[in-house]
Amino acid sequence: MKKKGVGMACVLHPSGNKGAGDPSNAAIQLKNDGTLVLLVGAVDLGQGSTTILRQFAADLMEVPIEHIFASNFGDDFAALSAGSFASRVTLIDPHAVENAAEDLKKKIREYAADLLEVHPDDLDYKEGKVSVKGAPDRAMTLAEVGGTAGCVLGLGAEPALLVGTGAWQPAPFTPHDPETGAMAAVGAISFGCCVVEVEVDTETGMVDVTKMTQVWEVGKAVNPLLVRQQITGGTHCGLGTALIEDSYPYYPDAAWAPENLGDYALPTFMDYPDEFLWGYEEVPHPAGVKGAKGFSEGSTNGPPPAIMAAIHDAVGVWIDQYPATPEVVLRALAAKEA
Amino acid sequence: MKQILSFTLNGAPVDVIVTATETLLDVLREKLGVTGPKRGCDNGDCGTCTVLLDGEPVRSCLTIALTVAGRQVLTVEGLSPDGDLHPLQKAFHEHGAFQCGFCTPGMLMSAKALLDTNPNPSRVEIREYMSGNLCRCGSYEEVVEAIQAVAAGEYKE
Amino acid sequence: MTEYVGMAMPRYDGIGQVKGQTKFVDDFVLPGMLYAKALRSPVHKGLIRSVDFSAAKKVPGVVGFVTADDIPGNRLFGACGDQQVLAESYTAYKGEDIALVVAVDEDTCMEALEKVKLDIEEQEPVFDMFEAAKPGAPLVRPDLKSNMWEFMPGVTTRVIYLGDVDKGLAEADYIVEGRYTTGEQDHAAMEPMVSVAYFDDAERLVIHTHSQCLQFQLGSLASIFDLPLSRIRYIGGVVGGGFGGKNHIHADHFAGLAALKFRRPVKYRLSRREDLLYSTKRGVFILEYKTGVKKDGRLTANYIKLWHDAGAYGGFSPYGVEKCSMFASGPYHIPNMRVEGQCVFTNKAGSSSMRGFTIMNGQFPMEMQMTKVAEAVGIDQWELRFINAWRDGDMGVSRYVVRGAGALEAMTGAAKLAGIELPDHLLAMSSRGR
Repeated sequence: MKKKGVGMACVLHPSGNKGAGDPSNAAIQLKNDGTLVLLVGAVDLGQGSTTILRQFAADLMEVPIEHIFASNFGDDFAALSAGSFASRVTLIDPHAVENAAEDLKKKIREYAADLLEVHPDDLDYKEGKVSVKGAPDRAMTLAEVGGTAGCVLGLGAEPALLVGTGAWQPAPFTPHDPETGAMAAVGAISFGCCVVEVEVDTETGMVDVTKMTQVWEVGKAVNPLLVRQQITGGTHCGLGTALIEDSYPYYPDAAWAPENLGDYALPTFMDYPDEFLWGYEEVPHPAGVKGAKGFSEGSTNGPPPAIMAAIHDAVGVWIDQYPATPEVVLRALAAKEA
Repeated sequence: MKQILSFTLNGAPVDVIVTATETLLDVLREKLGVTGPKRGCDNGDCGTCTVLLDGEPVRSCLTIALTVAGRQVLTVEGLSPDGDLHPLQKAFHEHGAFQCGFCTPGMLMSAKALLDTNPNPSRVEIREYMSGNLCRCGSYEEVVEAIQAVAAGEYKE
Repeated sequence: MTEYVGMAMPRYDGIGQVKGQTKFVDDFVLPGMLYAKALRSPVHKGLIRSVDFSAAKKVPGVVGFVTADDIPGNRLFGACGDQQVLAESYTAYKGEDIALVVAVDEDTCMEALEKVKLDIEEQEPVFDMFEAAKPGAPLVRPDLKSNMWEFMPGVTTRVIYLGDVDKGLAEADYIVEGRYTTGEQDHAAMEPMVSVAYFDDAERLVIHTHSQCLQFQLGSLASIFDLPLSRIRYIGGVVGGGFGGKNHIHADHFAGLAALKFRRPVKYRLSRREDLLYSTKRGVFILEYKTGVKKDGRLTANYIKLWHDAGAYGGFSPYGVEKCSMFASGPYHIPNMRVEGQCVFTNKAGSSSMRGFTIMNGQFPMEMQMTKVAEAVGIDQWELRFINAWRDGDMGVSRYVVRGAGALEAMTGAAKLAGIELPDHLLAMSSRGR
């Protein structure tokens, strides 16, 4: 018999290490032709960190995004970031990019000030140009500044390597209070809600998630295409964890550990809900650049409790563990009958 | 024992010395420098090694190299022979139908084979056909959308 | 001026992915490249008596072996600095790495491994956290003084509290109790663990890595290889899925050690089977909750005891116990909370970070509790959560102050999208204050 149920869950996910002390760095270099190269330390795992950090850099340097090239290939001169984990990059790395942009703009103003024979404070930086306050015709474009610094334009100018660098962390590393366990150093927190409809087959124990709705409050949706990917994407680990995946099926015993992806089955296209609705909300976070914070592990947290709530709604059993494999579901049903 | 294997790879003839136990995946990646098809499990479970053999999607990790003698093999590298992206490649890029990109070469080959045999698949048909290609990043929804967009003619070649 | 933050744009580096052009670590094939595979402990816990490579050495194509004695620097690594790079006198989990065989291809490596004579005395392992925690339990590793992690000297329980949980439970009209087990999962990224190492023109060690955190791992590798940081070119930036598994070193140290010893390019990779069996996982948590609530739905207390199975080595587990504890009461205002967390060693492969790292382990039981609490009190599931959801200024159990609270926004958005009509009095609530 197939029984239907509905369940919901409201969950959080913190952005950044607990205890902080996880810095990120960035660097932006001005090339001779006025284009820019952004070096970030965040490793792009496919979540699109390089893409969003370039979006920030374009806004901060006020240039068309086509003028910025970006790299995250760790090597000698790469800026280093603590890493791509703890959903920290969207909260922390934009600050490093912002500091690098401010540093570069300052160096550009200082360099151009010499050429324009004014004090750096008399220069405005706006939309890829430095100009003298009150005399906007006395200006230099990024290409002119870069070309002169690179000694390919204008004879007799001093050469300069114009690179802005920046680093940031939410707070210095903070240990727990030994008595109360207090730990106030939390970067930011994101919030999600997952609603599912399931169909439980009481003969086989199989649970089919027929509809899922998952909405995350993300501070600022820096790139909605990538926000979507994280909501629908994190659901993969969430569904697998809730219903299928178990590295120690007879825990605590280590026996029968799965050895291939047939035994350690992963959700396929067919395991995803027939209907998947996703969305985001924005509550600009005070610690984020433009209110942005990370959330992307969170979409894994929502499905398991929502699915167990739906199973309870469908067949009246509490499954206080995951994964709720067919064996677990059938045992729970049998225990209820007994 | 080694033999010369001759077949057509991405439209061009190729000859390579292989042993009887080497798989097509071994030969592509380690002998011919064709690294689009990936080694995800060596067991036929994940689909990251998917290539088209005479138009049919196969697990190159389970295909003995010598069995492709005289046949046509198409890998992701063969989808854009003149440098212009194949409609599926454009659609995948614009719809965000990948994240880390490791499963993408295999996904694209399965998607091509699907549309070559069923130019107007339903959402259910797409999901069933593609279900042999795993994506741990979870880009399934976007892959379906990208395939539907190509089927609807949004990316004319 | 166009504002780019907020704009939906395709991946900047995406063309490479759709062309199959992006070079993942396993895509590097270098002239004269050797392969390494690991000799692994066949037992869950053991004492190594001897390892005899003499028969294995004779297999054609074998170049040599790497053991702990070949490690120039630190023989321990991992986030807690307690994990053996290569086991020397003891092994603490089935599959633990004892030595490397280096040969012209992986088939030759596997053939040679079959001929290595490993004399290992099998010992009784302990798998169950609660057995391992008992005084007098056999030690998971001989270098431990107990199977319990010490958060501070002599302290094996991390206590985090706010208010007075006993008072809060006494004030409650209902108390809901539950015991939850969050199982063990593998990252199962489509790209299994792999590393390529070689020396460049200036004799600097180059390592191609899929690390998620180059800065941390570079320091650890430099210490293992006894090389200054500037003598290593650690090249990363392309990862075939991480999910936290690539925060722990699985391959770079081995590729590097083999390259250092034989001065040739070396590729070391885990097969999918090895990756599933032996790589670090999301470790099990067992949690017991006592949640107190008033008739009107306001939560008064939450008392949590939790135990985390760290496996044989610390890794990120102690950090994880604390992180879980901090957030295991979910996004809810509860004036009296107490969490007691323990981190226990057992004879299994180590636990590490995995998507939702330890947060999921706390959100799951808390939401189960909330669902049960709503039933016990006879209140709507959404109503219970709306009443108790954090507002700005609320405090978590570790006394962090919530800013930019958004649980109400997430729930409102989800209900609307799912076609669930919430009553006006809930929709009128605000995260900005009560």
